Amino acid sequence: MGMVNVSNLKKTYGNFTAVNDISFEIDKGEIFGFLGPNGAGKTSTLNMIIGLSRPTAEEITVDGIDVKSQTKKAQAIMGIVPDESNLYNEMDGFDNLCFCAALYGMRKEEREPKARQLLEQFRLKDAGKRPFKAYSKGMRRKLTIAAALIHSPQVLFLDEPTTGIDVESSRQIRDMVLELKKKGTTIFLTTHYIEEAERICDRIAFIAEGQIVASGTVPQLMESISHDHAIQFVTDKNFESLPVELEALFKGNEVTIRPDHSLVMASEQRIPLFPVMEFFHNKEVEVYEARELRPSLEDVFVKLTGIESSVLKKDKEKGGH
Amino acid sequence: MKSWIAFWNILKKDIKNYYLKPPNISWGIIFPLSWTLMQLIRSPGRNILELLPGLISMSVLFGTTSMLAVTITFERSGRSFDRLLLAPISLNVMVLAKIAGTILFGIFNAFVPVIFASFFIDLSAIDWGLLLLAVLMIAITSSLTGLLIAVSAKQVFEAQTFSNFFRFPMLFLCGLFIPISSLPLFLRPVSFCLPLTYGTDILRGTIVGANILSPLLSSGMLLIFAVVLFFICRHNINEKWIL
Ligand SMILES: Nc1ncnc2c1ncn2[C@@H]1O[C@H](COP(=O)(O)OP(=O)(O)O)[C@@H](O)[C@H]1O
Ligand SMILES: [Mg+2]
Repeated sequence: MGMVNVSNLKKTYGNFTAVNDISFEIDKGEIFGFLGPNGAGKTSTLNMIIGLSRPTAEEITVDGIDVKSQTKKAQAIMGIVPDESNLYNEMDGFDNLCFCAALYGMRKEEREPKARQLLEQFRLKDAGKRPFKAYSKGMRRKLTIAAALIHSPQVLFLDEPTTGIDVESSRQIRDMVLELKKKGTTIFLTTHYIEEAERICDRIAFIAEGQIVASGTVPQLMESISHDHAIQFVTDKNFESLPVELEALFKGNEVTIRPDHSLVMASEQRIPLFPVMEFFHNKEVEVYEARELRPSLEDVFVKLTGIESSVLKKDKEKGGH
Repeated sequence: MKSWIAFWNILKKDIKNYYLKPPNISWGIIFPLSWTLMQLIRSPGRNILELLPGLISMSVLFGTTSMLAVTITFERSGRSFDRLLLAPISLNVMVLAKIAGTILFGIFNAFVPVIFASFFIDLSAIDWGLLLLAVLMIAITSSLTGLLIAVSAKQVFEAQTFSNFFRFPMLFLCGLFIPISSLPLFLRPVSFCLPLTYGTDILRGTIVGANILSPLLSSGMLLIFAVVLFFICRHNINEKWIL
């Protein structure tokens, strides 16, 4: 049984279905990512799991605790970072962290050292005495994440943790997520950045229009679409005639010369290397490098969801301002 | 124990961030003071003692309802209120913690006209225990009314409008300045549906001995109002804020 179990989760607003029968499981110590464009249903799903919105589901459990019937008990082991940095503007960083700790019943002797430690860890030590409203976007997000970690939760929920914040803070946040995973924290995050999902998630679910279209590790997702096999050869020279000769010799291959003068052979079958190398050798062409070209996760996403990757890119630009 | 830590810190935070802010403190003092002065100027012949119950009730009413409605709507719009909904504390503890600050603020407001009056008249005949009880009960029911308004309002502006919508009719219907016996007959039943009527009546009893109901009955009614309002608030929060 996973750390987080969700089965047949649904959410409708009026007669609009925002989440349509979603099921998944997150293992202990795993980073699981929901990747999808704006409006896909990521936040709606997350809010139901954390008990902020009423779910229709057969089952939602976190560490074996039924979220529907024992919401408060489940919330005690969750750390929650909403899509908006929502701490108290009037209070300084340190007081904000201590207040959040107190909500989880932590005593003064426990919460003050922990707050100091988190401020240091997130490089917000100097900002600890400044009011939250004076923070930059990146600092606000970091403090919101620190607040979610104050009670050392077993499961951390992050809703678009790096959307709309600066590159350096985003990098720190990703490093911190990987660091937490090492310590055994289970992490559920949503994002619309393909590279982010690819870089830090153990498993990814593509979500579109309220449904999980595909899920798995990056290699599994890559496997799930049929693709051409392609090999790129980096050579010391090439001739216009090479592609025609290669295509004539190796039936079913499509050969092109790229602008960088490398040569790409593509085929529906795997391409045996030795005969090709022999061909080059006979032509006195030196081959320095031969590597397989794999489709990117972006290609897989586009193919499986039917969503143009530019939709995600556009979100990203919007988020950057 | 854990709930107690959460309760105490929510209360402490609200007091520090809202109630002890200079504008609110001065509002809490100036508002009751100016009402007291206004009443004195308007009817110089009237006894300060007779005005005192109305002034106390009003100070509490105005100090609590909009205060809670506005601060909660404010926290809701900034989404920081979600933290309370997501914390592992029961809704009861959360509601109690949120109203506790307002209740204290209301009690503080109530004593502004009392202290003011003490400079002019002898207040030694007052049953302070009963007065405090009445002030406390008015503060509790008004705070809960404020919370109820907060659950219905979406914006701070709306919360303010709603609280005025409740408060101004109350001024005329609760026997604050116009005795209930001089109200038109059809309005009198409405008066008895408002908690403030009972609170004011206790105050009248203890300050000038002019109550129309027994203090025990009034206290009982206030208690019933408080309990009912508490459960309505809890229910509405659950229904409306956990979507
Ligand atoms: N409270 C709500 N009432 C009505 N529609 C909503 C509400 N919350 C979200 N939606 C709709 O549900 C869909 C999914 O939203 P959301 O879960 O926020 O997506 P994401 O987080 O993936 O961007 C969107 O079309 C959104 O407009
Ligand atoms: Mg979202």
